[in-house]
Amino acid sequence: MITGWLRPSARCGWVHDVPAADPPPADPPANRAVEAVWRIEAARLIAGLARVVRDVGRAEDLAQDALVAALEQWPASGIPDNPGAWLMAVAKRRAVDGLRREVRLASKVAELGRDLATVELDLDVEDDVLRLMFTACHPVLTPPARAALTLKMLAGLRTEEIARAFLVPTPTMAQRIVRAKKTLADARVPFEVPTGAELSPRLASVLGVVYLLFNEGYSATAGPDLLRPALCDEAMRLGRILAALAPHEPEAHGLLALMELQASRLRSRTDATGEIVTLLDQDRTRWDRLLIGRGLSALDRAVELGGETGKYAVQAAIAACHARAHTADDTDWGRIADLYGVLAQVAPSPVIELNRAVAVSMADGPAAALALVDALVETKALARYHLLPAVRADLLVKLARPDEARAEFERAAALTDNNRERDLLLTRAKACDATPTG
Amino acid sequence: MRVMVLGKATVESEAGQLPSMEALEAMGRYNEEVVKAGVLVAADGLHPSSRGVRVHFDGDDRTVVDGPFAETKELIAGYSILEVASLEEAVEWVKRSPNLMPGGVGEVEIRPIFEAADFGEVSEEVLAQADGVGELGRANVAKWRAEQGGN
Repeated sequence: MITGWLRPSARCGWVHDVPAADPPPADPPANRAVEAVWRIEAARLIAGLARVVRDVGRAEDLAQDALVAALEQWPASGIPDNPGAWLMAVAKRRAVDGLRREVRLASKVAELGRDLATVELDLDVEDDVLRLMFTACHPVLTPPARAALTLKMLAGLRTEEIARAFLVPTPTMAQRIVRAKKTLADARVPFEVPTGAELSPRLASVLGVVYLLFNEGYSATAGPDLLRPALCDEAMRLGRILAALAPHEPEAHGLLALMELQASRLRSRTDATGEIVTLLDQDRTRWDRLLIGRGLSALDRAVELGGETGKYAVQAAIAACHARAHTADDTDWGRIADLYGVLAQVAPSPVIELNRAVAVSMADGPAAALALVDALVETKALARYHLLPAVRADLLVKLARPDEARAEFERAAALTDNNRERDLLLTRAKACDATPTG
Repeated sequence: MRVMVLGKATVESEAGQLPSMEALEAMGRYNEEVVKAGVLVAADGLHPSSRGVRVHFDGDDRTVVDGPFAETKELIAGYSILEVASLEEAVEWVKRSPNLMPGGVGEVEIRPIFEAADFGEVSEEVLAQADGVGELGRANVAKWRAEQGGN
């Protein structure tokens, strides 16, 4: 939420770090309405301009110029009836002026003028928004640059907001954005939605950026700064846009389903004192039924489109197993274990194997799961990952092998750098002493 | 933030009169735009209050009162739920909505929905923990952090 994004500014004073390209912060109430219009129009404005100037960085600069003009004029004149068209008109004028200064070629200016005349914020511009998404997430950029550009151009966030969300200084983020724009221009990345064999990996890149944004927010939902959790909302908004603009792509729906189902549990993840509440102990009446409903329909859509085994759809299907269970005991662990098996094939990873082992232990008992975990230990892939010995310890407790369990808990405690988690693991290690050797 | 947009009833909506085809089409185009902006998360229209009931609470007593209800302007004819960045953004979106009764008078009320954050902030260190699918996400984040070279 923008109020959430901007509210910390009063305390933190990042206003001093605002780079030249960005308009002044929108704290005065009159500017908040301008900022709200910007949120609505930014992506379409930039996308429409990019189609003509063929350079998203330049398009973004032009759009920012228009925003500056709006911030100067609207507080006095009021917001125009069609603010999007107003912004577009200003940006177009700047585009022509800029080109005039640069090339002084009348024919070129006339050509651009003609092209610009055709750009309106009509329904066609939606295709441009999709092109903008693919361009901002182009593999020529590093993943953090993709994420930053996406927030800047598609979500209409300010550089300092993005910097705060990613815990880096504003000048660092400003530089990252400038470099990213330059990289796109230098590489002459075409402003288009890829087709054919190129589509699948490029779509994966877009989906990956959106999910990374979601996870950045998700892992911080219990943190002190509400700005980072707001990334979950941004990611879901982007996911909804993507699913609406590319409705035939099953994984767009799969990702949206995954995010909505995970977000449905956000508010029950912590108790009144801020302690994490694990999935099985959560108060399920506090789960967000609206998001669950939306998530389940998005998952249905992904499956209808033949995307049942997509990476995101499978994870969404796992999340759906939890969402559908009215109590923790109702959880269909057999199905979850099977789904992890599918996931391990489409997106092999030792962490997924570990999750599968946990599901297998719930479905088939600790002995079956221990075999999977021991196989993982042998691969040494998760040698520094504290949850591997933690899960193994838990299984050993259930199998009444307390001495081995204690050693595993202690090993896990030594591997984590989270104090609270370490305390919990050491407490469980001690508890093993109280259990008679079996 | 999430807001509920409450469309107030009119004499026409209470009479069960449907908006004109043109008005409905305009509303359809508007809804499509809001969906494609990733903002609309739910929307429904309500039957006139003549098809509704009220359950009146008085201590332990419950009395069921059949519609219709008199105070038309206070009744709700439909609602939508928007996920927006600010109340101002919700206002901007609602202002863009066509008037379902062109030329007519109507009112829409926007009310923010309570969120977890409204019930007090939570403490800080509670980041790392394992809950099924969430753990996969964190692994992805860790991988990504590694890729960006600790920046």
